[in-house]
Amino acid sequence: MIWLIALTVGITVAAGVYLALSRDLFRCVIGLAVLGSAINLLFLAAGRVAVMEPAVIPLGETVLRDASNPLPQALVLTAIVIGFALICFSLTLALRVIQSAQTDDALDLRMAEPLPTDPVKPPYNGPAHEPELPAAAASQGVGR
Amino acid sequence: MSWLAASPVLVPMATLVAAALVQKRPAAQTWVSYVGLIIFLACALALTVEAHQGVAVRSVFGDWGAPYGIEFYVDRLSASMLLITAIMGLASVIFLASDADTLPRHPLLLPLMHGLLLGVGGSFATADLFNLYVWFEVVLICALGLLAIGGRVDQLDATFKYFVLNIIGTLLLLAAVGVIYGMTGHLNYDALAHAATQLSPWMLGLMVSLLLLALLIKSGAFPLYAWLPAAYHTLPAPALGLFAGLLTMLGVYAVLRLLGDVFAIAPPLVFEALGWIAAASMLFGVLGAAYHWDMRRILAFHTVSQVGYILLAIALASQAGNAAALVYTVHHFIVKANLFLIAAMIWRLTGNYDLRKIGGLYKARPWLGVLFLFVALSLVGIPPLSGFWAKFVVLHEALAQGRYVWTFIALLVSVLTLYSMVKIWMEAFWKPHPDKNWSLPTQTHLWPAWVATVGLAALTLAISLYPQPLIEFAQAAALALGAR
Repeated sequence: MIWLIALTVGITVAAGVYLALSRDLFRCVIGLAVLGSAINLLFLAAGRVAVMEPAVIPLGETVLRDASNPLPQALVLTAIVIGFALICFSLTLALRVIQSAQTDDALDLRMAEPLPTDPVKPPYNGPAHEPELPAAAASQGVGR
Repeated sequence: MSWLAASPVLVPMATLVAAALVQKRPAAQTWVSYVGLIIFLACALALTVEAHQGVAVRSVFGDWGAPYGIEFYVDRLSASMLLITAIMGLASVIFLASDADTLPRHPLLLPLMHGLLLGVGGSFATADLFNLYVWFEVVLICALGLLAIGGRVDQLDATFKYFVLNIIGTLLLLAAVGVIYGMTGHLNYDALAHAATQLSPWMLGLMVSLLLLALLIKSGAFPLYAWLPAAYHTLPAPALGLFAGLLTMLGVYAVLRLLGDVFAIAPPLVFEALGWIAAASMLFGVLGAAYHWDMRRILAFHTVSQVGYILLAIALASQAGNAAALVYTVHHFIVKANLFLIAAMIWRLTGNYDLRKIGGLYKARPWLGVLFLFVALSLVGIPPLSGFWAKFVVLHEALAQGRYVWTFIALLVSVLTLYSMVKIWMEAFWKPHPDKNWSLPTQTHLWPAWVATVGLAALTLAISLYPQPLIEFAQAAALALGAR
């Protein structure tokens, strides 16, 4: 069982990293969500996957034998809730970025850090050598 | 059960709710913030005094007993961090009253700033690894809110990059917490420190390395710092001061707490690697600062470089090293936040952050020049300013351990720091303004900004003139670290 979970975690992490490395913003966010799920699964496995017996103690017993540890499950639940909120936020953010930048290609997102046009960084050479901002940024009056 | 140990969370949370409720009335919101921050400052002071008497303030929630319940544990290290947090919060809210940021204030700006304080306060107070992760998430979501609040396309772009790189750090942190829990069965710091002695060295090394990787992303160390200079310069000025003062400090604190205290018995290889990462952070951060001409970017790259000094002190893995790390942290984040705030004042007066397009400010505002030079030289470490003492304690310990290469890099970086600070001074203050017709803006309302920056500079001056109490405090704090 634990090997199966380990294999699943491995494959999910690989898929998540592959998607997160994409230049497409939307795929990148989905990749991070997949990566988050993989880590949640890892956390669950860290609490040991034992036989699934009901967490009710039979009469006379003082310890729970062969039952899963409930603490990692509670912790994972917290992590899932936080992760869900963050994914909702990031989807909205990605949507806003795509709308206002008019591109979903990460390489074209140079609004915060425009590419310099000077060969080396010299003293100010006049407006002709200002870094080039993408068209969407220039039309929205992003100042230097 | 002590309410005082929970105050770093309760007070900002109450302030956050109150400030969000009165968001339609900006004046009321400001007053709520002042009241909340002054109570927070008083609580932080009380905690510091209490912790300095040798008894850490602790509180276990739900009365679950020591290793099972979530514990808040405020010792000297945490208390001093909380005190800086409160001071930073107060300085940024005072700064907010000036018109250094000419745009109208967003009604959610103050609630989000309190949310940031809430997350940072929780991280400093907690003694539970999973709880630390939760507070990191609180900080992350508030930081994202502050970045995105303006809604300009460059801000959204910066927010996205900040989000992607930080969420990877957070996920790695969660993975590390999971693996550590799986290996030891504990999350409480005390219990972890005991359980760590039972593990084989290479297992412990692997665990700690994963944890360290996550925390290094958060503190902006060498190859993982790309989010920091990409995002900081799009923030509104008062929030930028708070960011500069708190976010990387949080990462550095977590490294100090977990590596210097909880997992102090980690194999030497981990500390050796951390030392080289620290050296690379110092060097590459300052090279980035030497290249740029935008004041905010210069200062953002300096943060990377200065975080390197603190990590170097932690990598020395000794009591004196930990004490030096604490001294450096206290010195650095006061100075760095102050420099960001002064940069915002320069922007208000000259209209640009690009050093090539401004100048002549020394003639127009000589006292601003003096203030900037004082703080900048303190960052560089010119004796007898606070940066000198901070660098002295770090390098003294590095030399005592025979780490000559690291010491040499640190001294070289100081020279380069001086170069880039002098660059700001020469360009913004000394040279005449490139535009002949330039004049100061007629209507400015900068006195609150002066109060905030001069107040922080006075703190720096106090550390410069009387470093001994701080150093003794740090030594006492380091004595308790690693002795669980």
